[in-house]
Amino acid sequence: MEFYITALILGLCLSSMGLGIFITMKIFRIPDITTDGSYTLGAVVTAILLSNHWNMGAIIPVVLIAGAIAGILTGLIHTYIKIDALLSGILVMTALYSINLTLLGRSNVPLLDVSNLFSVFTVFSNSVYNSLAIGLLFIVVITLLVGYILRTDFGIAMRATGNSTSMTRALGINNNKMKIIGLAIANALTALSGYLVAQYQNFTDINMGIGIVITGLGSVLIGEALIKWWNITGIPGQLITVICGSILFQLVLAFTLSIGVDPNLLKLVTASFVLLIVIIPRLRTAS
Amino acid sequence: MIELQHISKRFNKGKVNEVLALQDVSLTIPEQEFVVVIGANGSGKTTLLNILSGAEYCTEGNVIISGTDVSRLPEYKRSKWIARVFQDPLKGTASDLSILDNFRLAAIRTTNKKLIIGVNEAFKKRVKDTISILGMGLENKLEQSMGTLSGGQRQALTLLMSVMDDTRILLLDEPTAALDPRSAALILQTADNLIKQYHLTAILITHNLKDANQYGTRLIQMGEGKIIRDLQKTDKAALTLPQMYEWFN
Ligand SMILES: Nc1ncnc2c1ncn2[C@@H]1O[C@H](COP(=O)(O)OP(=O)(O)OP(=O)(O)O)[C@@H](O)[C@H]1O
Ligand SMILES: [Mg+2]
Repeated sequence: MEFYITALILGLCLSSMGLGIFITMKIFRIPDITTDGSYTLGAVVTAILLSNHWNMGAIIPVVLIAGAIAGILTGLIHTYIKIDALLSGILVMTALYSINLTLLGRSNVPLLDVSNLFSVFTVFSNSVYNSLAIGLLFIVVITLLVGYILRTDFGIAMRATGNSTSMTRALGINNNKMKIIGLAIANALTALSGYLVAQYQNFTDINMGIGIVITGLGSVLIGEALIKWWNITGIPGQLITVICGSILFQLVLAFTLSIGVDPNLLKLVTASFVLLIVIIPRLRTAS
Repeated sequence: MIELQHISKRFNKGKVNEVLALQDVSLTIPEQEFVVVIGANGSGKTTLLNILSGAEYCTEGNVIISGTDVSRLPEYKRSKWIARVFQDPLKGTASDLSILDNFRLAAIRTTNKKLIIGVNEAFKKRVKDTISILGMGLENKLEQSMGTLSGGQRQALTLLMSVMDDTRILLLDEPTAALDPRSAALILQTADNLIKQYHLTAILITHNLKDANQYGTRLIQMGEGKIIRDLQKTDKAALTLPQMYEWFN
Protein backbone atom coordinates (compact mmCIF):
# COMPACT_ATOMS: atom_id res chain seq x y z
CA MET A 1 0.00 0.00 0.00
CA GLU A 2 2.75 2.43 0.97
CA PHE A 3 4.29 1.65 -2.37
CA TYR A 4 1.27 3.16 -4.10
CA ILE A 5 1.10 6.12 -1.76
CA THR A 6 4.71 6.86 -2.65
CA ALA A 7 3.70 6.84 -6.31
CA LEU A 8 0.78 9.08 -5.47
CA ILE A 9 3.08 11.62 -3.80
CA LEU A 10 5.47 11.51 -6.72
CA GLY A 11 2.51 12.11 -9.02
CA LEU A 12 1.57 15.16 -6.96
CA CYS A 13 5.14 16.49 -7.06
CA LEU A 14 5.23 16.05 -10.84
CA SER A 15 1.82 17.61 -11.40
CA SER A 16 3.33 21.10 -11.18
CA MET A 17 5.24 20.18 -14.33
CA GLY A 18 1.99 18.77 -15.74
CA LEU A 19 0.39 22.20 -15.29
CA GLY A 20 3.38 23.74 -17.07
CA ILE A 21 2.99 21.37 -20.00
CA PHE A 22 -0.73 22.09 -20.00
CA ILE A 23 0.13 25.75 -20.58
CA THR A 24 2.60 25.12 -23.39
CA MET A 25 0.86 22.23 -25.11
CA LYS A 26 -2.85 22.93 -24.61
CA ILE A 27 -2.86 26.70 -24.41
CA PHE A 28 -0.05 27.69 -26.76
CA ARG A 29 0.09 24.46 -28.79
CA ILE A 30 3.87 24.53 -28.49
CA PRO A 31 5.71 21.25 -27.92
CA ASP A 32 8.22 22.46 -25.32
CA ILE A 33 11.14 20.14 -24.64
CA THR A 34 12.93 22.66 -22.42
CA THR A 35 11.13 20.74 -19.66
CA ASP A 36 13.81 18.05 -19.34
CA GLY A 37 16.41 20.70 -18.59
CA SER A 38 14.33 23.05 -16.44
CA TYR A 39 13.11 20.17 -14.28
CA THR A 40 16.70 19.17 -13.49
CA LEU A 41 17.60 22.83 -13.08
CA GLY A 42 14.97 23.16 -10.37
CA ALA A 43 16.38 20.12 -8.59
CA VAL A 44 19.98 21.32 -8.98
CA VAL A 45 19.23 24.77 -7.57
CA THR A 46 17.38 23.11 -4.70
CA ALA A 47 20.31 20.77 -3.94
CA ILE A 48 22.87 23.57 -3.95
CA LEU A 49 20.85 25.93 -1.78
CA LEU A 50 19.68 23.24 0.64
CA SER A 51 23.29 22.07 1.07
CA ASN A 52 24.15 25.68 1.87
CA HIS A 53 21.45 25.63 4.54
CA TRP A 54 19.05 27.96 2.84
CA ASN A 55 15.53 28.04 4.12
CA MET A 56 13.36 25.83 1.89
CA GLY A 57 10.80 28.62 1.48
CA ALA A 58 13.44 31.06 0.32
CA ILE A 59 14.58 28.54 -2.30
CA ILE A 60 11.19 28.58 -4.04
CA PRO A 61 11.52 32.02 -5.71
CA VAL A 62 15.05 31.17 -6.86
CA VAL A 63 13.81 27.91 -8.40
CA LEU A 64 10.91 29.71 -10.08
CA ILE A 65 13.18 32.38 -11.52
CA ALA A 66 15.70 29.80 -12.76
CA GLY A 67 12.96 27.85 -14.54
CA ALA A 68 11.47 31.05 -15.92
CA ILE A 69 14.81 32.12 -17.38
CA ALA A 70 15.10 28.78 -19.18
CA GLY A 71 11.60 29.29 -20.59
CA ILE A 72 12.35 32.86 -21.60
CA LEU A 73 15.44 31.71 -23.51
CA THR A 74 13.42 29.12 -25.42
CA GLY A 75 10.78 31.77 -26.07
CA LEU A 76 13.28 34.33 -27.34
CA ILE A 77 14.91 31.81 -29.67
CA HIS A 78 11.52 30.72 -30.94
CA THR A 79 9.92 34.13 -31.44
CA TYR A 80 12.78 36.47 -32.31
CA ILE A 81 15.17 34.19 -34.17
CA LYS A 82 12.10 32.41 -35.56
CA ILE A 83 13.35 28.90 -34.94
CA ASP A 84 10.85 26.07 -34.67
CA ALA A 85 9.58 25.75 -31.07
CA LEU A 86 10.63 22.11 -30.83
CA LEU A 87 14.18 22.90 -31.89
CA SER A 88 14.38 25.97 -29.62
CA GLY A 89 13.46 23.78 -26.68
CA ILE A 90 15.98 21.11 -27.61
CA LEU A 91 18.72 23.75 -27.88
CA VAL A 92 18.01 25.18 -24.44
CA MET A 93 17.59 21.72 -22.93
CA THR A 94 20.94 20.60 -24.31
CA ALA A 95 22.69 23.72 -23.06
CA LEU A 96 21.06 23.30 -19.67
CA TYR A 97 22.63 19.87 -19.26
CA SER A 98 26.08 21.45 -19.13
CA ILE A 99 24.87 24.28 -16.96
CA ASN A 100 23.25 21.88 -14.52
CA LEU A 101 26.37 19.73 -14.37
CA THR A 102 28.57 22.78 -13.81
CA LEU A 103 26.30 24.12 -11.09
CA LEU A 104 26.01 20.80 -9.32
CA GLY A 105 29.73 20.04 -9.64
CA ARG A 106 29.14 16.29 -9.86
CA SER A 107 26.48 14.04 -11.25
CA ASN A 108 24.69 13.17 -8.02
CA VAL A 109 24.16 15.02 -4.75
CA PRO A 110 22.40 13.24 -1.86
CA LEU A 111 20.24 15.42 0.39
CA LEU A 112 19.82 13.05 3.31
CA ASP A 113 21.37 15.09 6.09
CA VAL A 114 19.57 18.35 5.38
CA SER A 115 16.06 19.10 6.57
CA ASN A 116 13.57 19.53 3.74
CA LEU A 117 10.01 20.47 2.95
CA PHE A 118 8.65 17.01 3.67
CA SER A 119 10.38 16.58 7.01
CA VAL A 120 10.25 20.06 8.46
CA PHE A 121 6.48 20.25 8.96
CA THR A 122 4.54 17.63 10.86
CA VAL A 123 0.90 17.20 10.00
CA PHE A 124 0.79 13.44 10.59
CA SER A 125 3.18 11.38 12.69
CA ASN A 126 3.41 8.77 9.94
CA SER A 127 6.07 10.16 7.60
CA VAL A 128 4.43 8.84 4.43
CA TYR A 129 1.09 10.44 5.22
CA ASN A 130 2.92 13.54 6.31
CA SER A 131 4.63 13.81 2.92
CA LEU A 132 1.30 13.18 1.21
CA ALA A 133 -0.36 15.97 3.16
CA ILE A 134 2.45 18.42 2.43
CA GLY A 135 2.61 17.51 -1.25
CA LEU A 136 -1.14 17.86 -1.56
CA LEU A 137 -1.20 21.22 0.19
CA PHE A 138 1.60 22.50 -2.00
CA ILE A 139 -0.12 21.45 -5.21
CA VAL A 140 -3.47 22.86 -4.10
CA VAL A 141 -1.83 26.26 -3.61
CA ILE A 142 -0.06 26.08 -6.99
CA THR A 143 -3.24 25.00 -8.77
CA LEU A 144 -5.27 27.80 -7.20
CA LEU A 145 -2.61 30.28 -8.27
CA VAL A 146 -2.40 29.00 -11.86
CA GLY A 147 -6.19 28.79 -12.03
CA TYR A 148 -6.46 32.38 -10.90
CA ILE A 149 -3.91 33.66 -13.40
CA LEU A 150 -5.63 31.87 -16.29
CA ARG A 151 -8.97 33.45 -15.43
CA THR A 152 -7.65 37.01 -15.23
CA ASP A 153 -7.69 39.39 -18.18
CA PHE A 154 -4.05 38.53 -18.73
CA GLY A 155 -4.86 34.82 -18.63
CA ILE A 156 -7.67 35.20 -21.16
CA ALA A 157 -5.25 37.01 -23.46
CA MET A 158 -2.76 34.20 -23.01
CA ARG A 159 -5.35 31.53 -23.81
CA ALA A 160 -6.54 33.42 -26.87
CA THR A 161 -2.98 33.70 -28.20
CA GLY A 162 -2.76 29.95 -28.66
CA ASN A 163 -6.09 30.00 -30.46
CA SER A 164 -6.07 32.77 -33.00
CA THR A 165 -3.04 34.98 -33.42
CA SER A 166 -4.85 37.16 -35.96
CA MET A 167 -7.52 37.89 -33.38
CA THR A 168 -5.15 38.61 -30.53
CA ARG A 169 -3.01 40.93 -32.64
CA ALA A 170 -6.10 42.86 -33.63
CA LEU A 171 -7.06 43.07 -29.96
CA GLY A 172 -3.82 44.69 -28.90
CA ILE A 173 -1.89 41.64 -27.75
CA ASN A 174 1.80 41.18 -28.46
CA ASN A 175 1.79 37.49 -29.37
CA ASN A 176 5.54 37.06 -29.04
CA LYS A 177 5.60 38.57 -25.59
CA MET A 178 2.70 36.33 -24.58
CA LYS A 179 4.46 33.20 -25.80
CA ILE A 180 7.63 34.13 -23.93
CA ILE A 181 5.73 34.79 -20.70
CA GLY A 182 3.80 31.54 -21.18
CA LEU A 183 7.00 29.55 -21.62
CA ALA A 184 8.48 31.30 -18.58
CA ILE A 185 5.50 30.36 -16.40
CA ALA A 186 5.48 26.79 -17.72
CA ASN A 187 9.17 26.22 -17.06
CA ALA A 188 8.97 27.87 -13.65
CA LEU A 189 6.27 25.33 -12.79
CA THR A 190 8.45 22.55 -14.16
CA ALA A 191 11.43 23.68 -12.09
CA LEU A 192 9.13 23.63 -9.09
CA SER A 193 8.53 19.93 -9.72
CA GLY A 194 12.29 19.47 -9.66
CA TYR A 195 12.35 21.31 -6.34
CA LEU A 196 9.69 19.00 -4.90
CA VAL A 197 11.05 15.72 -6.26
CA ALA A 198 14.63 16.43 -5.18
CA GLN A 199 13.42 16.92 -1.63
CA TYR A 200 11.03 14.02 -1.72
CA GLN A 201 13.62 11.59 -3.09
CA ASN A 202 16.43 13.11 -1.02
CA PHE A 203 18.81 13.49 -3.93
CA THR A 204 19.44 15.40 -7.12
CA ASP A 205 20.79 13.54 -10.09
CA ILE A 206 22.00 15.17 -13.28
CA ASN A 207 20.04 12.63 -15.33
CA MET A 208 16.77 12.83 -13.43
CA GLY A 209 15.18 15.01 -16.13
CA ILE A 210 15.89 12.75 -19.08
CA GLY A 211 12.58 11.96 -20.75
CA ILE A 212 10.58 13.60 -17.97
CA VAL A 213 8.72 15.69 -20.58
CA ILE A 214 6.92 12.54 -21.70
CA THR A 215 5.55 12.12 -18.18
CA GLY A 216 4.17 15.65 -18.35
CA LEU A 217 2.73 15.08 -21.82
CA GLY A 218 1.17 11.84 -20.59
CA SER A 219 -0.48 13.67 -17.68
CA VAL A 220 -1.93 16.27 -20.00
CA LEU A 221 -3.15 13.60 -22.44
CA ILE A 222 -4.85 11.66 -19.65
CA GLY A 223 -6.27 14.97 -18.48
CA GLU A 224 -7.56 15.63 -21.98
CA ALA A 225 -9.30 12.26 -22.07
CA LEU A 226 -10.89 13.00 -18.70
CA ILE A 227 -11.97 16.45 -19.93
CA LYS A 228 -13.83 14.85 -22.85
CA TRP A 229 -15.20 12.09 -20.70
CA TRP A 230 -16.56 14.35 -17.97
CA ASN A 231 -17.36 17.18 -20.38
CA ILE A 232 -15.32 19.74 -18.46
CA THR A 233 -15.17 23.29 -19.75
CA GLY A 234 -13.95 25.49 -16.90
CA ILE A 235 -10.28 26.20 -16.27
CA PRO A 236 -10.21 24.91 -12.66
CA GLY A 237 -11.68 21.59 -13.78
CA GLN A 238 -9.15 21.27 -16.57
CA LEU A 239 -6.24 21.85 -14.19
CA ILE A 240 -7.59 19.22 -11.81
CA THR A 241 -7.73 16.67 -14.62
CA VAL A 242 -4.04 17.33 -15.33
CA ILE A 243 -3.21 16.60 -11.70
CA CYS A 244 -5.33 13.43 -11.82
CA GLY A 245 -3.43 12.52 -15.00
CA SER A 246 -0.08 13.01 -13.30
CA ILE A 247 -1.07 10.83 -10.34
CA LEU A 248 -2.61 8.14 -12.53
CA PHE A 249 0.55 8.07 -14.59
CA GLN A 250 2.73 7.37 -11.56
CA LEU A 251 0.31 4.76 -10.27
CA VAL A 252 0.48 2.90 -13.56
CA LEU A 253 4.28 2.98 -13.46
CA ALA A 254 4.24 1.73 -9.86
CA PHE A 255 1.92 -1.05 -10.89
CA THR A 256 4.22 -2.17 -13.72
CA LEU A 257 7.15 -2.27 -11.29
CA SER A 258 5.12 -4.19 -8.73
CA ILE A 259 4.29 -6.94 -11.19
CA GLY A 260 8.02 -7.46 -11.67
CA VAL A 261 8.90 -5.53 -14.82
CA ASP A 262 12.63 -4.85 -15.03
CA PRO A 263 13.24 -1.21 -13.90
CA ASN A 264 15.58 -0.81 -16.88
CA LEU A 265 12.50 -1.09 -19.06
CA LEU A 266 10.68 1.70 -17.25
CA LYS A 267 11.19 4.30 -20.00
CA LEU A 268 9.95 1.81 -22.57
CA VAL A 269 6.87 1.21 -20.44
CA THR A 270 6.39 4.97 -20.08
CA ALA A 271 6.58 5.57 -23.81
CA SER A 272 4.24 2.66 -24.56
CA PHE A 273 1.78 3.89 -21.97
CA VAL A 274 1.69 7.38 -23.51
CA LEU A 275 1.21 5.81 -26.94
CA LEU A 276 -1.71 3.85 -25.55
CA ILE A 277 -3.29 6.97 -24.07
CA VAL A 278 -3.12 8.60 -27.49
CA ILE A 279 -4.48 5.57 -29.34
CA ILE A 280 -7.38 4.54 -27.11
CA PRO A 281 -9.57 7.63 -27.63
CA ARG A 282 -9.03 7.29 -31.40
CA LEU A 283 -10.19 3.70 -31.38
CA ARG A 284 -13.32 4.79 -29.57
CA THR A 285 -14.17 7.51 -32.10
CA ALA A 286 -13.34 5.25 -35.04
CA SER A 287 -15.71 2.50 -33.98
CA MET B 1 -8.48 60.46 -39.75
CA ILE B 2 -6.78 58.10 -42.17
CA GLU B 3 -4.19 59.06 -44.72
CA LEU B 4 -2.55 56.60 -47.08
CA GLN B 5 0.32 58.20 -49.01
CA HIS B 6 1.72 56.53 -52.13
CA ILE B 7 1.28 53.01 -50.79
CA SER B 8 2.81 50.12 -52.72
CA LYS B 9 2.84 46.53 -51.61
CA ARG B 10 4.93 43.83 -53.19
CA PHE B 11 4.71 40.18 -52.11
CA ASN B 12 7.55 37.67 -52.64
CA LYS B 13 9.93 40.35 -53.87
CA GLY B 14 12.53 39.07 -56.31
CA LYS B 15 10.96 35.64 -56.67
CA VAL B 16 9.12 34.18 -59.65
CA ASN B 17 5.79 34.56 -57.86
CA GLU B 18 6.30 38.27 -57.14
CA VAL B 19 2.98 40.16 -56.93
CA LEU B 20 2.45 43.88 -56.90
CA ALA B 21 -0.72 43.89 -54.82
CA LEU B 22 -0.95 47.68 -54.45
CA GLN B 23 0.51 50.26 -56.80
CA ASP B 24 1.02 53.80 -55.53
CA VAL B 25 -2.33 54.08 -53.77
CA SER B 26 -3.12 57.39 -52.09
CA LEU B 27 -6.31 57.86 -50.12
CA THR B 28 -7.50 60.32 -47.50
CA ILE B 29 -10.48 59.41 -45.36
CA PRO B 30 -11.86 62.13 -43.08
CA GLU B 31 -13.39 61.38 -39.73
CA GLN B 32 -16.79 59.66 -39.70
CA GLU B 33 -16.70 58.79 -43.36
CA PHE B 34 -18.09 55.36 -44.24
CA VAL B 35 -16.19 54.11 -47.27
CA VAL B 36 -17.43 51.14 -49.25
CA VAL B 37 -14.79 49.35 -51.33
CA ILE B 38 -15.64 47.10 -54.25
CA GLY B 39 -13.45 45.42 -56.84
CA ALA B 40 -12.62 42.13 -58.49
CA ASN B 41 -10.98 39.23 -56.66
CA GLY B 42 -7.32 39.86 -56.12
CA SER B 43 -7.60 43.59 -56.77
CA GLY B 44 -5.92 44.41 -53.44
CA LYS B 45 -8.86 45.23 -51.17
CA THR B 46 -7.84 43.00 -48.27
CA THR B 47 -4.22 44.03 -48.69
CA LEU B 48 -5.28 47.66 -48.33
CA LEU B 49 -7.00 46.89 -45.01
CA ASN B 50 -4.03 44.81 -43.85
CA ILE B 51 -1.69 47.70 -44.46
CA LEU B 52 -3.98 50.07 -42.64
CA SER B 53 -4.37 47.74 -39.65
CA GLY B 54 -0.70 46.80 -39.55
CA ALA B 55 -1.19 43.11 -40.34
CA GLU B 56 1.17 43.80 -43.26
CA TYR B 57 3.71 46.57 -43.70
CA CYS B 58 3.70 48.50 -46.96
CA THR B 59 6.73 48.21 -49.24
CA GLU B 60 6.60 51.93 -50.01
CA GLY B 61 4.59 54.86 -48.74
CA ASN B 62 3.23 56.07 -45.43
CA VAL B 63 0.21 55.25 -43.30
CA ILE B 64 -1.01 58.07 -41.10
CA ILE B 65 -3.75 57.69 -38.52
CA SER B 66 -4.98 60.70 -36.55
CA GLY B 67 -1.86 62.62 -37.55
CA THR B 68 0.55 59.90 -36.37
CA ASP B 69 2.76 58.09 -38.85
CA VAL B 70 2.07 54.43 -38.05
CA SER B 71 3.76 52.89 -41.11
CA ARG B 72 6.06 50.76 -38.95
CA LEU B 73 3.84 50.41 -35.90
CA PRO B 74 2.88 46.76 -35.26
CA GLU B 75 -0.76 45.74 -35.53
CA TYR B 76 -1.23 45.18 -31.81
CA LYS B 77 -0.29 48.81 -31.17
CA ARG B 78 -2.60 50.19 -33.86
CA SER B 79 -5.48 48.40 -32.17
CA LYS B 80 -5.95 51.42 -29.96
CA TRP B 81 -7.72 53.07 -32.90
CA ILE B 82 -8.77 50.16 -35.06
CA ALA B 83 -11.26 47.34 -34.63
CA ARG B 84 -11.57 44.74 -37.32
CA VAL B 85 -13.97 42.15 -38.72
CA PHE B 86 -12.08 39.66 -40.88
CA GLN B 87 -13.12 38.08 -44.18
CA ASP B 88 -12.65 34.68 -42.52
CA PRO B 89 -15.18 34.35 -39.65
CA LEU B 90 -12.80 32.10 -37.70
CA LYS B 91 -10.07 34.72 -37.57
CA GLY B 92 -11.80 37.26 -35.39
CA THR B 93 -12.63 35.04 -32.42
CA ALA B 94 -10.88 32.42 -30.28
CA SER B 95 -12.57 29.02 -30.69
CA ASP B 96 -11.61 27.46 -27.36
CA LEU B 97 -12.65 30.47 -25.31
CA SER B 98 -16.20 31.09 -24.18
CA ILE B 99 -18.28 33.85 -25.77
CA LEU B 100 -17.87 35.74 -22.52
CA ASP B 101 -14.06 35.51 -22.51
CA ASN B 102 -13.97 36.59 -26.16
CA PHE B 103 -16.01 39.65 -25.29
CA ARG B 104 -13.82 40.35 -22.27
CA LEU B 105 -10.77 40.45 -24.47
CA ALA B 106 -12.53 42.77 -26.90
CA ALA B 107 -13.54 45.03 -24.02
CA ILE B 108 -9.89 45.56 -23.08
CA ARG B 109 -8.58 45.94 -26.63
CA THR B 110 -7.01 49.33 -26.04
CA THR B 111 -5.67 48.73 -22.53
CA ASN B 112 -3.18 46.51 -20.76
CA LYS B 113 -4.26 42.97 -20.00
CA LYS B 114 -3.94 42.96 -16.23
CA LEU B 115 -3.84 40.26 -13.58
CA ILE B 116 -7.36 40.99 -12.43
CA ILE B 117 -10.54 39.03 -12.98
CA GLY B 118 -12.67 41.18 -15.23
CA VAL B 119 -15.48 38.76 -15.98
CA ASN B 120 -17.95 39.59 -13.22
CA GLU B 121 -21.74 39.76 -13.02
CA ALA B 122 -21.84 43.36 -14.24
CA PHE B 123 -19.74 42.45 -17.25
CA LYS B 124 -21.91 39.41 -17.99
CA LYS B 125 -24.96 41.63 -17.95
CA ARG B 126 -23.32 44.09 -20.32
CA VAL B 127 -22.42 41.31 -22.78
CA LYS B 128 -25.90 39.82 -22.51
CA ASP B 129 -27.50 43.15 -23.33
CA THR B 130 -25.12 43.75 -26.22
CA ILE B 131 -25.68 40.34 -27.79
CA SER B 132 -29.43 40.35 -27.39
CA ILE B 133 -29.80 43.01 -30.10
CA LEU B 134 -28.92 40.32 -32.64
CA GLY B 135 -31.97 38.27 -31.73
CA MET B 136 -30.06 35.04 -32.38
CA GLY B 137 -30.57 33.68 -28.86
CA LEU B 138 -26.84 33.75 -28.22
CA GLU B 139 -27.26 35.83 -25.07
CA ASN B 140 -28.20 32.63 -23.24
CA LYS B 141 -25.06 30.77 -24.31
CA LEU B 142 -22.40 33.05 -22.87
CA GLU B 143 -20.41 30.20 -21.33
CA GLN B 144 -20.40 28.19 -24.55
CA SER B 145 -17.13 28.08 -26.47
CA MET B 146 -16.93 30.10 -29.70
CA GLY B 147 -15.90 26.99 -31.60
CA THR B 148 -19.38 25.52 -31.20
CA LEU B 149 -21.02 28.41 -33.06
CA SER B 150 -21.61 28.75 -36.80
CA GLY B 151 -19.47 31.03 -38.94
CA GLY B 152 -22.30 33.51 -39.28
CA GLN B 153 -22.91 33.62 -35.55
CA ARG B 154 -19.22 34.15 -34.92
CA GLN B 155 -19.09 36.93 -37.49
CA ALA B 156 -22.06 38.65 -35.87
CA LEU B 157 -20.36 38.46 -32.48
CA THR B 158 -17.06 39.75 -33.90
CA LEU B 159 -18.92 42.80 -35.13
CA LEU B 160 -20.39 43.50 -31.70
CA MET B 161 -17.01 42.84 -30.07
CA SER B 162 -15.51 45.61 -32.18
CA VAL B 163 -17.35 48.32 -30.25
CA MET B 164 -16.86 46.85 -26.77
CA ASP B 165 -13.89 49.17 -26.26
CA ASP B 166 -13.19 52.68 -27.52
CA THR B 167 -13.04 52.48 -31.32
CA ARG B 168 -12.30 55.16 -33.88
CA ILE B 169 -11.92 53.09 -37.03
CA LEU B 170 -13.90 50.00 -38.01
CA LEU B 171 -12.62 47.77 -40.80
CA LEU B 172 -15.08 45.29 -42.29
CA ASP B 173 -13.70 42.83 -44.82
CA GLU B 174 -16.63 41.09 -46.53
CA PRO B 175 -18.26 40.53 -43.15
CA THR B 176 -21.31 38.89 -44.70
CA ALA B 177 -19.61 36.62 -47.23
CA ALA B 178 -20.23 33.51 -45.10
CA LEU B 179 -23.74 34.43 -44.06
CA ASP B 180 -27.25 33.52 -45.18
CA PRO B 181 -29.17 36.45 -46.73
CA ARG B 182 -31.23 37.19 -43.63
CA SER B 183 -28.22 37.21 -41.27
CA ALA B 184 -26.22 39.18 -43.84
CA ALA B 185 -28.85 41.91 -43.90
CA LEU B 186 -28.97 41.92 -40.11
CA ILE B 187 -25.18 42.24 -39.80
CA LEU B 188 -24.90 45.09 -42.26
CA GLN B 189 -27.81 46.93 -40.69
CA THR B 190 -26.20 46.44 -37.26
CA ALA B 191 -22.84 47.62 -38.57
CA ASP B 192 -24.44 50.69 -40.10
CA ASN B 193 -26.17 51.48 -36.82
CA LEU B 194 -22.99 51.03 -34.80
CA ILE B 195 -21.02 53.25 -37.18
CA LYS B 196 -23.59 56.02 -36.77
CA GLN B 197 -24.06 55.51 -33.04
CA TYR B 198 -20.34 55.55 -32.21
CA HIS B 199 -19.41 58.10 -34.92
CA LEU B 200 -16.90 55.68 -36.43
CA THR B 201 -14.76 56.07 -39.48
CA ALA B 202 -15.41 52.86 -41.39
CA ILE B 203 -14.31 50.88 -44.41
CA LEU B 204 -16.51 48.09 -45.74
CA ILE B 205 -15.32 45.71 -48.43
CA THR B 206 -18.09 43.90 -50.27
CA HIS B 207 -18.85 42.06 -53.49
CA ASN B 208 -22.54 42.75 -53.10
CA LEU B 209 -23.26 45.77 -55.29
CA LYS B 210 -26.70 46.22 -53.75
CA ASP B 211 -25.09 46.63 -50.34
CA ALA B 212 -22.43 48.89 -51.82
CA ASN B 213 -25.18 51.03 -53.25
CA GLN B 214 -27.25 51.10 -50.09
CA TYR B 215 -24.60 51.70 -47.45
CA GLY B 216 -21.79 54.16 -46.92
CA THR B 217 -21.00 57.77 -47.71
CA ARG B 218 -18.28 57.16 -50.27
CA LEU B 219 -17.63 54.44 -52.85
CA ILE B 220 -14.25 53.24 -54.06
CA GLN B 221 -13.62 50.68 -56.77
CA MET B 222 -10.28 48.92 -56.90
CA GLY B 223 -8.71 47.18 -59.87
CA GLU B 224 -5.29 45.57 -60.19
CA GLY B 225 -3.89 47.24 -57.11
CA LYS B 226 -5.15 50.73 -57.89
CA ILE B 227 -8.11 52.89 -57.03
CA ILE B 228 -9.99 53.14 -60.32
CA ARG B 229 -13.13 54.93 -59.12
CA ASP B 230 -13.75 57.18 -56.15
CA LEU B 231 -17.24 58.60 -55.67
CA GLN B 232 -17.99 61.14 -52.95
CA LYS B 233 -21.29 61.39 -51.10
CA THR B 234 -23.47 63.19 -53.63
CA ASP B 235 -22.16 61.22 -56.60
CA LYS B 236 -22.64 57.99 -54.71
CA ALA B 237 -26.18 58.95 -53.76
CA ALA B 238 -26.99 59.62 -57.39
CA LEU B 239 -25.53 56.33 -58.53
CA THR B 240 -27.97 53.61 -59.58
CA LEU B 241 -27.49 49.85 -59.38
CA PRO B 242 -27.64 49.30 -63.17
CA GLN B 243 -24.86 51.86 -63.57
CA MET B 244 -22.75 49.90 -61.10
CA TYR B 245 -23.39 46.60 -62.87
CA GLU B 246 -22.10 48.30 -66.03
CA TRP B 247 -18.69 48.75 -64.35
CA PHE B 248 -18.23 45.04 -64.10
CA ASN B 249 -19.16 44.20 -67.69
N1 LIG C 1 0.42 37.02 -48.10
C1 LIG C 1 0.46 37.09 -49.45
N2 LIG C 1 1.48 36.54 -50.13
C2 LIG C 1 1.54 36.60 -51.45
N3 LIG C 1 0.62 37.20 -52.23
C3 LIG C 1 -0.44 37.76 -51.63
C4 LIG C 1 -0.58 37.73 -50.19
N4 LIG C 1 -1.72 38.38 -49.87
C5 LIG C 1 -2.27 38.78 -51.03
N5 LIG C 1 -1.51 38.42 -52.09
C6 LIG C 1 -1.78 38.72 -53.50
O1 LIG C 1 -2.09 40.10 -53.59
C7 LIG C 1 -3.16 40.30 -54.50
C8 LIG C 1 -4.28 41.04 -53.80
O2 LIG C 1 -4.88 40.20 -52.82
P1 LIG C 1 -6.04 40.65 -51.87
O3 LIG C 1 -6.24 39.58 -50.89
O4 LIG C 1 -5.75 42.00 -51.37
O5 LIG C 1 -7.27 40.72 -52.86
P2 LIG C 1 -8.80 41.08 -52.58
O6 LIG C 1 -9.12 42.27 -53.39
O7 LIG C 1 -9.05 41.14 -51.15
O8 LIG C 1 -9.53 39.82 -53.21
P3 LIG C 1 -10.85 39.02 -52.75
O9 LIG C 1 -12.00 39.77 -53.30
O10 LIG C 1 -10.70 37.69 -53.42
O11 LIG C 1 -10.82 38.92 -51.28
C9 LIG C 1 -3.55 38.92 -55.02
O12 LIG C 1 -2.93 38.73 -56.25
C10 LIG C 1 -2.98 37.97 -54.02
O13 LIG C 1 -2.62 36.76 -54.60
MG1 LIG D 1 -10.14 39.98 -49.75
